[in-house]
Amino acid sequence: MGRVEVTLTVNGVRHAIDVDTRMSLLDTVRERLALTGSKKGCDQGQCGACTMLVDGRRVVSCLQLAIAADGREVTTIEGIADRDRLHPVQQAFVDLDGYQCGYCTPGQICSAVAVLQEYSDGWPSAVTAADEPAALDEVEIRERMSGNLCRCGAYAGIVAAVGRAAEA
Amino acid sequence: MKEFTYVRPAAVIEAVTLRAGRPGSRYLAGGTNLVDLMKIGVEQPDELIDVTGLGMDRIETTLDAGLRIGAAVSNSDLAVHPAVRQDFAALSQAILSGASGQLRNMATVGGNLLQRTRCAYFADISLPCNKRNPGSGCPALAGEHHNHAILGWSEHCVATHPSDMVVALMAYDATVEAHTPSGPVRIPISDFYRPVADTPHLETTLPEHALITGVTVPPAPPASSRYRKVRERASFAFATGSVAAALTVRAGAVHAVRIALGGAASHPWRASTAEAALLGEPATEDSFAKAAAAELAEARPLPHNQYKVALLRDLIVAVLGDLAVEAGA
Repeated sequence: MGRVEVTLTVNGVRHAIDVDTRMSLLDTVRERLALTGSKKGCDQGQCGACTMLVDGRRVVSCLQLAIAADGREVTTIEGIADRDRLHPVQQAFVDLDGYQCGYCTPGQICSAVAVLQEYSDGWPSAVTAADEPAALDEVEIRERMSGNLCRCGAYAGIVAAVGRAAEA
Repeated sequence: MKEFTYVRPAAVIEAVTLRAGRPGSRYLAGGTNLVDLMKIGVEQPDELIDVTGLGMDRIETTLDAGLRIGAAVSNSDLAVHPAVRQDFAALSQAILSGASGQLRNMATVGGNLLQRTRCAYFADISLPCNKRNPGSGCPALAGEHHNHAILGWSEHCVATHPSDMVVALMAYDATVEAHTPSGPVRIPISDFYRPVADTPHLETTLPEHALITGVTVPPAPPASSRYRKVRERASFAFATGSVAAALTVRAGAVHAVRIALGGAASHPWRASTAEAALLGEPATEDSFAKAAAAELAEARPLPHNQYKVALLRDLIVAVLGDLAVEAGA
C-alpha cells in the first residue's frame, strides 16, 4: 500500500531509496543507508539524539517522514567533518569532554553546528534581550541547546565545548 | 503505525478536494504533532496530504503595517522575522519560548493553531478520553491534572491547549484564513476555538475539510507588548501558565490593554474581564491585582492545580507592571 521512492542527498551523496511511507528519516538513514551515527533515543522528538540538518536546518529526524523529505539535502554526524579534519564543534567536544557515554553526542554536535549558524544569522533566542545581539554565553547556549538531552549529565562539558567552538 | 498513502498536491484547491474526498485523510505540514500522535495510535489516517508545497510559506507586511503569515511558515521563520520582532514582540517571544530549536524549524503556523492537547490521558489509547473517544469519560478529573485547566473547562474535559504562539495571536486580534471545498473563509481568532461543553473532540470552528492557509494580524497597537511563560524547567517545556499582554498608558491611566493567558484554559484565553476592569484605571500594581482577581474569580481549580490561580494572578500583575514601567507610567 505505502511503498514510495524517495530521493535524498545525504552528506553530499544522492540516493534513490524505496521506502514504506511510515519510515522516519532517522530509520531510513540508519537502516537503509547504514549511517548509524544518528541515534534513536525517545523517538518522540523530545531528546534530540536524532538531530540532523535538512537543507541546513536542524530537525529531529524521528518526527520527519522520509517521504516528506523527498529531494532535500541531509547532513548527518557522518558528514560534519571535512574528511579527516574534525569540525571545530567536534574538536571542542573532544578537547573539553562534551560527553560521557556518547549516545547523545551526534545529536548534540549536529545541533550545536546549527546553533552557531543561527547565531551568526542573527536569530534571537528566548533569553536574548530585545534589541541587542547577545554574546553566545552560557545562558544563551543552555537555552539554544535545550532540545538535546544528556542523561549522563555532561552538560558542563557540552556548554563549554559549544562556547569554545563559537570562538573558533 | 497504521499504513497510509502519501500525496503531495500542487495547489490549495487540489489539497482541499483530496481531503474532502477521503474522510480518513489528514493534512501534513511539519508533522511534529501529527507524526508523534500516529506513532502512539491516537491518530490513524489512511492518507497524508502534504501541504508544505503550496506557496503558503511567506510572511508579508500588509499596507497598513499588519502581517499576513502563510500557514506553512515555520515557527522559527516567524519568530526571527524583523517586522515581527519589532512590532509584535510578544509573538516572537511566545514562539521562542516554545518547544526546541529543532521543533521550531519543523513546526508550522497552521499546525501550531491545531496542536492537540498534551494531556497524558489523551495520549494513552488504553484509557478513556472524551476528546479522543467521545463519551468514554475523563480520567483527568479524578486523576493527574496538575497541568490542566482552571478556566473554561467542563466535566467532559479539563485539558489545556498547549500553544504559546496562539496566546500572543489572541492578544493581537489575529484572523485565521482557511480554504474549504466551497471557497475561502476568515475566522477571527476569538471565534476559532470552541467552548469545551460536551464536545471536547470538536476543538475549532473550522469548517469540515478546511485547510488553514494563513493568519492575518492587524497593525500592532501603539503599546509595548510582552510574553512571559512559567514552566517546570527553564526551557523546552509546556506552560504551566503564561501571559501575553500589551499596554498603553496615558497620563498615568490605562488607555488600552490586551491580556491573553496560556496554560490556563481549554484554549488560549483572552482575559476580557481583566481588560474591562482596567480601562481608565491608574496604571498601578493595585489596579493590575484587582483586574487579575476579577478575571480569576471564575476560575474552578481542581485539587492538583490550585496553584495556577495564584500563579496566573502574579503573572498578570508582573507583566503589566513591567509594561507600565516600559511605558514610563
